[in-house]
Amino acid sequence: MNLALPILVPALPALGAAAGLATGRRHPGLARPLAVLPVAVSAVLAVVTALHLGTGTTLDAATRLAPTGGPEISLALHLDGFSSLISVLVGLVATCVQVYSTAYLKDDPRYPSYAALVSLFTAAMFLVVYSGDLIVLLVGWEVMGICSYFLIGHHWEGADARSASLKAFLVTKLGDVPFLFGLFLLGADAGSFRITEVLRTAAAGGLQHPTLIALLLLAGVAGKSAQFPLHTWLPDAMAGPTPVSALIHAATMVAAGIYLVARLLPVFLLSSAALLVLAVMAAVTMVGSALCALAQDDLKRVLAYSTVGQLGYMAGALASGDRQAAVFHLVAHGAFKALLFLTAGVVIHAAHTNSISAMSRIDGLRRRVPDAYWTMGLGLAALVGLPPFAGFFSKESVLTAAEHAARGEALTGHLGPASAVPAAAGWTVLVAGLLTALLTAAYATRLWLVAFHAKPVAPAEADAPYSPEIDEADPAHAEPAAMRWPLWVLAVPTMGFGLLGLRTDWLPRLLDGEPLRPGFETAVLGTGAAAIGIVLGYAAWRTATARAAAGQPATDPGRLLLGPLHGPAQHGFGVDRLYSALFVRPTAAAARLVRFLDRAVVETYVRGAGAAPGWLGRAVRFAQTGNAQGYLSALLAGAVLLAVLVAVGS
Amino acid sequence: MHLAYPAVLAVLLFSVGVYGVLARRNVILVLMSVELMLNAVNLNLVAFDVWLRDTLHAGQALTLFTITVAAAEIGLGLAVVLLVYRTRRTAAVDEVTALGDRHEADELSDGEKEQAAA
Repeated sequence: MNLALPILVPALPALGAAAGLATGRRHPGLARPLAVLPVAVSAVLAVVTALHLGTGTTLDAATRLAPTGGPEISLALHLDGFSSLISVLVGLVATCVQVYSTAYLKDDPRYPSYAALVSLFTAAMFLVVYSGDLIVLLVGWEVMGICSYFLIGHHWEGADARSASLKAFLVTKLGDVPFLFGLFLLGADAGSFRITEVLRTAAAGGLQHPTLIALLLLAGVAGKSAQFPLHTWLPDAMAGPTPVSALIHAATMVAAGIYLVARLLPVFLLSSAALLVLAVMAAVTMVGSALCALAQDDLKRVLAYSTVGQLGYMAGALASGDRQAAVFHLVAHGAFKALLFLTAGVVIHAAHTNSISAMSRIDGLRRRVPDAYWTMGLGLAALVGLPPFAGFFSKESVLTAAEHAARGEALTGHLGPASAVPAAAGWTVLVAGLLTALLTAAYATRLWLVAFHAKPVAPAEADAPYSPEIDEADPAHAEPAAMRWPLWVLAVPTMGFGLLGLRTDWLPRLLDGEPLRPGFETAVLGTGAAAIGIVLGYAAWRTATARAAAGQPATDPGRLLLGPLHGPAQHGFGVDRLYSALFVRPTAAAARLVRFLDRAVVETYVRGAGAAPGWLGRAVRFAQTGNAQGYLSALLAGAVLLAVLVAVGS
Repeated sequence: MHLAYPAVLAVLLFSVGVYGVLARRNVILVLMSVELMLNAVNLNLVAFDVWLRDTLHAGQALTLFTITVAAAEIGLGLAVVLLVYRTRRTAAVDEVTALGDRHEADELSDGEKEQAAA
């Protein structure tokens, strides 16, 4: 097939970003077409590329980029079913987000740079997906990181946006350093940075340090995909504009870590220790983030914690050795979570607040934003995993993978032996996954009921939490067409994507070819857990509403469900405080010590070195009286002295 | 005539000139003392020229040069003195100290400025 197509896919948004940055200030009218068109064309090209490539085939092309003396770095393309699928998702979500942003950030003075950064981000994500070389992949990976930093800090007037962007950058970089070393080690062991070469070497057993490599890579994956213990940046990243949350912090960037592990799964399968670590990481992330989501009051933070949890599902599927299920859930989740964030943006615009308890006091919110109300319902149903929405099938495929792994029959396909996956990993993921399904259903129900269905008991308070995005749209026109249509476009895969996995000659043929049909036991268990969660959430909401109606202070259903856990869960179980005590404060203290040493010790020497010549100069200046006779006397005295010295010396 | 006489005379003249240059306050007298010193040197030049029986009479020729230069120098010097007197109403050499470093009390030195800033 023509190589220009897949090359244009990442190149177009990058060029669009450059053009947008160059012309944004002088020709603001060009910003919108420059933002939407390249991304939309890339999305179309990604679809065309996927169709050209067809199923079951791969495309590899490479040109040497830099001879290094060691493993060479090449500009390589590697297209297969996985990259096709994810690039289509990225293109779809990015186009929706760009169209949505034209309305959402209509009056934002920094819209051109914002749109350019979103385009650049999209280009970087395409690069990550299409790259066949680990170093080129790393370039895209880091470009995404810096774009994420800028976009989270879009409202940099606010201190929380500034600190959140810095936190996101530092935390993900903390994971990226070991990731870089992991890549180097992998390249050194395999003798090449080409992914195909690496996988061939891994299959032939040629890697000398699989466990070390896998653990180092996992650190970067944990940072990028917001897995415990590096998940803390994602909830704070919600300080960015909502479309950015939809694109970066739900659908694509956080998925990059999962995609990387899926690509390199044969390497991970060589090390059962790494798989076990990944399973525990995923389990802790899932359950913890679901509990946190139940306690949050900020709509976007609920969604952020649910993103963390759903990424935990994907990591769990990978720990069970089934990359198909992980990518299936990745794509389904990308669609419905982008949808959820975009609807959240509409709702926040209309309600002028981020707080769901404040939303509950607004009368008729759901009548004001009917499209967002219905599509958010669809998104939440997919998140909960109700059949026949996409989330049901993808989550069941994850649970099926975990169940198979627990029975020692991991669905690794042709990538490795089923025995490579420890049964403990499967059990961990399965139990945590079922528990999370219950909790997810509970917090989704709570979110839905509290935000839209509460009866207003008191007039809206003036002290509702401030959202930097208010006043950007008139509440009467809270749903302009550019914000309404992306919702319905994304609602289509949210509803129908899961059905593609039913037959092995549909979606699975594009991937590894294993069936993606939900297993009977896990389907019953998972749906049962979700049903229990919904019932619990509904019961708690009824109790809370009844109490409020009886005149008692209004309580949050989440508080009723969580009991004593509510306080810690609201603050992310104190992980931030722990990190602050463990890392931030020692670092700040070290910085203060360095400042003291610099000011009090080093500078004293410097100042002394300057002061001594100063004093000497002042002493010499005393001689400079301006009296010519004085100078002449000194001259004569010197001459006489010299003469005497010469006379005595000779 | 023995060489000692003109030499001693030259030494005396030069010493008087040095004293005048270093000790007198009036600029005119300082200039005159400078002339005394120059003439002491001239006397030496002529005396040694004779004593050494120099056929080229380099000493005498140099004396003529010195006298010429001294005449030019005294003209310039008197012009400077006149201008100084016109602007300052004084001819005392120890009161003309504008080129000296006299304003130390007004401006802090650089080192002190840094310390004050710190």
